[in-house]
Amino acid sequence: MKCDVCDDKTATVFLTQIVKGNMQKINLCENCAKEKGVTDPTGFQLADMLLGFGQGARVETQPMEKSCAACGMTQSTFRKTGRLGCAACYSVFGDGMDGLLKAMHKGTRHIGKVPAHLSTRQADEEHLAQLRTALDDAVSKEAYEDAARLKSEIATLEKSLKQRVRV
Amino acid sequence: MMKFTTLLRRPPEWMEHDGPCRDIVLTSRIRLARNLEGPAFPGWAKKEDRIAIMQELQPRIESLSGMKDCFSEDLSNLDAIRKQVLVEKHLISREQAAKSAGSAAVINREQSLSIMINEEDHLRMQSIRSGLDLVAAHAALDKLDTELEEQVRFAWDKRFGYLTACPTNLGTGMRASAMLHLPALVLGEQVNQVIQAVNKIGLAVRGLYGEGTEALANLFQVSNQHTLGEREGDIIARLEKVIQQIITHERNARRKLLEDSPHKICDHIGRAYAALRFAHIIESKEALTHLSMLRMGADMGVLPASEARLIDTLLVEIQPAHLQTAAQRKLSGEERDILRAEVLRRRLHHLPEPDMSACTGPGPETPPDVKA
Repeated sequence: MKCDVCDDKTATVFLTQIVKGNMQKINLCENCAKEKGVTDPTGFQLADMLLGFGQGARVETQPMEKSCAACGMTQSTFRKTGRLGCAACYSVFGDGMDGLLKAMHKGTRHIGKVPAHLSTRQADEEHLAQLRTALDDAVSKEAYEDAARLKSEIATLEKSLKQRVRV
Repeated sequence: MMKFTTLLRRPPEWMEHDGPCRDIVLTSRIRLARNLEGPAFPGWAKKEDRIAIMQELQPRIESLSGMKDCFSEDLSNLDAIRKQVLVEKHLISREQAAKSAGSAAVINREQSLSIMINEEDHLRMQSIRSGLDLVAAHAALDKLDTELEEQVRFAWDKRFGYLTACPTNLGTGMRASAMLHLPALVLGEQVNQVIQAVNKIGLAVRGLYGEGTEALANLFQVSNQHTLGEREGDIIARLEKVIQQIITHERNARRKLLEDSPHKICDHIGRAYAALRFAHIIESKEALTHLSMLRMGADMGVLPASEARLIDTLLVEIQPAHLQTAAQRKLSGEERDILRAEVLRRRLHHLPEPDMSACTGPGPETPPDVKA
């Protein structure tokens, strides 16, 4: 099979891409594949190549790429360097990282240290949820003395939580 | 504030003190990676941002309770040789040494805690202990981390834990490692088997100066690979257990070598002694290999056990940047090899001849004048 671009050398790179439900196929020789940037899958669009064999097409595909609004890190730079740009990057690229994390770690969820200011808040939030359940329970049993006590406990806890968020 | 010259002159606390299994484990280290919530990570941040981060973090770190009279310096104020000295002392990483403006190092007086600002992450904090004592090293660093957390907000996420520039450090951000001296496993050609077995269970084995470096002086760093999905305490416990097993293997290998080929061992130690006491030109690699043999000799009773500490000191002192600091000028490779030999001859001048009877036992071959 000959290369679809130069129509000269034997094709060794076979690409299939599905764009909007349409399957597109192209066969390339090694030189043309390199020239068209096929080795960089993020910057390469088969459709663009079929339509105009690439002139300026790669630039047009850039805005489609996922990037971090906080620091400007792009998916392709992350892939190339293996490093993220800032903490907010994890909310942009984090969802697609499960496979990567599974390969490098024991699990994909953190179970270690929790910063002190968060660990108390987390515990308080859980405690608050428990108190609310207990309040519902007390009201349905018409145990009004208990309900009043629980209500004031909830109010105190809510207030301290709110204050801490502001800090 | 401690001066660089003081830092250089004072031996680190771990060197002066014998931790558990010090005959085989030189040091235990814990490293934590931390980042601030808002700004870009150092590798992606602009120079001005890195400088601003450094200016925010450096004084806070200097004021922590464990950092009294610390050494604290902007890396752009240190020349290449001084930075290399810190690398040779394992106080900063090679990566950190390559950085200048916007990076700093804060090191406590005992040299047991060192904090790198703007390495790959905003903070790389390290704790170092003598022997196999990862638990104590972690406790000291965890305390510092918690104290710092009262002042600054670290990037942390419920799912991913502490957020780091590289996903390989995500979660605990913790790398626990121990530096092991494994001459008998190397001589007995068993060390590759051990490395492969250790790799299989998710631990890494590296050379003297970390990733991609050679195992000079038969020293190997064993560390955890995983940082996410496992608690700090569990990572440490698992690592310590594996290290204990490696220690047992090394001790068995030494026993076996003594039984099977005592003359070979004596020859190695004897040649090492001769070369280090009498050479006039010696390359770093050769010197380190010989020092490794003397260290094993000290552990086996062929040399006074009290000399083991001097040997450990020399492992660092004969490194290129240490030599150039001693000479107070830049030296060519040849000049370094001459000075290295001179330092070794002088420092080992008092070392008595190896008493090989501890290896070979009293046999017909043993000359009568060798003292028992």
